Amino acid sequence: MTETEPLVRVEGLVKHFPITRGILIRRQVGAVQAVDDVTFSIARGETLGLVGESGCGKTTVGRTVLGLYPATAGAIVIDGHHVRTAKGAELMAIRRKAQMIFQDPYASLNPRWTVGAIVGEPLRVHKLCRDEKERLDRVKELMQLVGLSPRLINRFPHEFSGGQRQRIGIARALASQPLFVICDEPISALDVSIQAQVVNLLEDLQERFGLTYLFIAHDLSMVRHLCTRVAVMYLGVLVEMAQRDEVYESPLHPYTQSLLSAVPVPDPQVARSRKRVLLEGEVPSPINPPGGCRFHLRCPQAEARCATDRPAWRDVGGGHWVACHRV
Amino acid sequence: MERPLLLDVADLQTRFHTPEGTVYAVNGISYRLHEGETLAMVGESGCGKSVSMMSILGLIPIPPGEIVSGTARYRDRDLLRMSEEELEQVRGKEIAMIFQDPMTSLNPVLTVGKQITEMLQKHMGMKPAEAADRAVQLLEWVGIPDARRRLADYPHQFSGGMRQRVMIAMQLACTPSILIADEPTTALDVTIQAQIMDLVIRLREEVGMAMIWITHNLGVVAGLAERVMVMYAGFIVEEANVDDLFQDPRHPYTIALLAALPRVDRRRDRRLKSIPGAPPSLLVKPRGCPFAPRCEFVIARCQSEMPPLELIAPRHKIACWVDVLRGGSR
Repeated sequence: MTETEPLVRVEGLVKHFPITRGILIRRQVGAVQAVDDVTFSIARGETLGLVGESGCGKTTVGRTVLGLYPATAGAIVIDGHHVRTAKGAELMAIRRKAQMIFQDPYASLNPRWTVGAIVGEPLRVHKLCRDEKERLDRVKELMQLVGLSPRLINRFPHEFSGGQRQRIGIARALASQPLFVICDEPISALDVSIQAQVVNLLEDLQERFGLTYLFIAHDLSMVRHLCTRVAVMYLGVLVEMAQRDEVYESPLHPYTQSLLSAVPVPDPQVARSRKRVLLEGEVPSPINPPGGCRFHLRCPQAEARCATDRPAWRDVGGGHWVACHRV
Repeated sequence: MERPLLLDVADLQTRFHTPEGTVYAVNGISYRLHEGETLAMVGESGCGKSVSMMSILGLIPIPPGEIVSGTARYRDRDLLRMSEEELEQVRGKEIAMIFQDPMTSLNPVLTVGKQITEMLQKHMGMKPAEAADRAVQLLEWVGIPDARRRLADYPHQFSGGMRQRVMIAMQLACTPSILIADEPTTALDVTIQAQIMDLVIRLREEVGMAMIWITHNLGVVAGLAERVMVMYAGFIVEEANVDDLFQDPRHPYTIALLAALPRVDRRRDRRLKSIPGAPPSLLVKPRGCPFAPRCEFVIARCQSEMPPLELIAPRHKIACWVDVLRGGSR
């Protein structure tokens, strides 16, 4: 494997959740098409932002890439390992190399465990320390790394504020010395003054350890700040992906254009002069998504073929990917 | 020329007596709202913005709550000294409220039509048929498609954004003079948030009501407000016209908050400036400025004395001992 090979490669990823009916005889009556044919890759050391509105499937993409949900179809390769077929030692290797930071620092930490136990757990599972002493030292080092005092090692999660809890989650994710970290809305439950602390910490850690991030978020301003490239999702499919400033300054897909125009800007003069592309209606159900382009029912630029043909996901030049017939 | 005064809140203090101790939620805040004005109250969770609104509307459970002091003059009456019956009249008719979760104010077992018509009959004295027609008009007015048919639907049959529209229609039915909106778009996606904000701005012009918009989102404030109050740990720390607040913030907390925000419309030019530490526990009786432990301009006096909210420029007030432009004490 060469250095230019992307660290993460996802091809044609599909994830459907079956809808079943019946108690004794369960039969499948439909499927939530949460993710449908998603393709992207992430280079070593870069941060790919994955954005979209609630229910668009961005969290499902993250969890399926890590194998937390079994994929319905497609290929997922992390550092040369095929996630869908890995077993035994190879599966353990993937789990060590790829970690996740969750949105809710309240729900993702075991309330009965001390910080020491939480942060030390991956060290135990992956047998990364020779003895208890070494493990303890490593836990303290990790706590220091994320800006928590090692004196708090025997405290429980409820004794910490939201921002500190998110730091505990980050320390746990870093314990196994991963290459790749999926950050699933890591700051959306935090107050503004705390968000910047956590984002700056993520940047510092990336620089120090050469981490690769998939940053899943709905805060488009923060994504522009933090990410190298940005991918936009709508109703289970990717609609656009490009270098950060390319997406924000020259969005090609009508959904990206309206999404960006809807983000409020903290500047009253800009707010007054900005043109919004307001969308009609709301996002349809992923149980029975519209045929053709999934956005065509709300698209201000839709034409006849958009209702029947699914637009291809293609590179229109310079690594700017888009799925739209009009582009 | 200044518009007539509508609401005058002075020295409002609200506390909660809990098993863990006294929570100092609102610590003596004063502000005024004029006719047709849109005031934003901005701050992080626990800063007292919702509690201060609920206090003046008699929505604080007492106990554990206690309104220690204050007056809230609405026209010529003090809301804090009204009976429950009088307050109920004011709340339904003159001061309307919309919340983050419309389900908390919609009855889940009654159809939307029933809820709107009942209110029109009660507050506006309409006959049933007249109220039903008016309800259809109201739903159409807030952009609900197929309004007449949807009167028979229950709140859960509406999506989050549509439910918020129903809520707005109900609250504006009696053409209130004040609308208090407590984070009404926080649970919504940005495209739906933009729809609701556009709707509210249109309705504000049509009804001519005054608004108090409570939010943690400075982007929403910039797009909506005329005047802004910034709250921190139960105090108003800065109050200014919206342009002055964003272009010339003078309180260290406001300055830090704006510097911590990334911009969707600009290229990245620096690392975000983070504010160290976290907001103080409200269980400790405030002494000195609550922002002092996190403030980069802090001086000795900040530790012991809370600065009063004072004018530093026309229509621009801050509660701070320091002059951030010159450095050192004001």
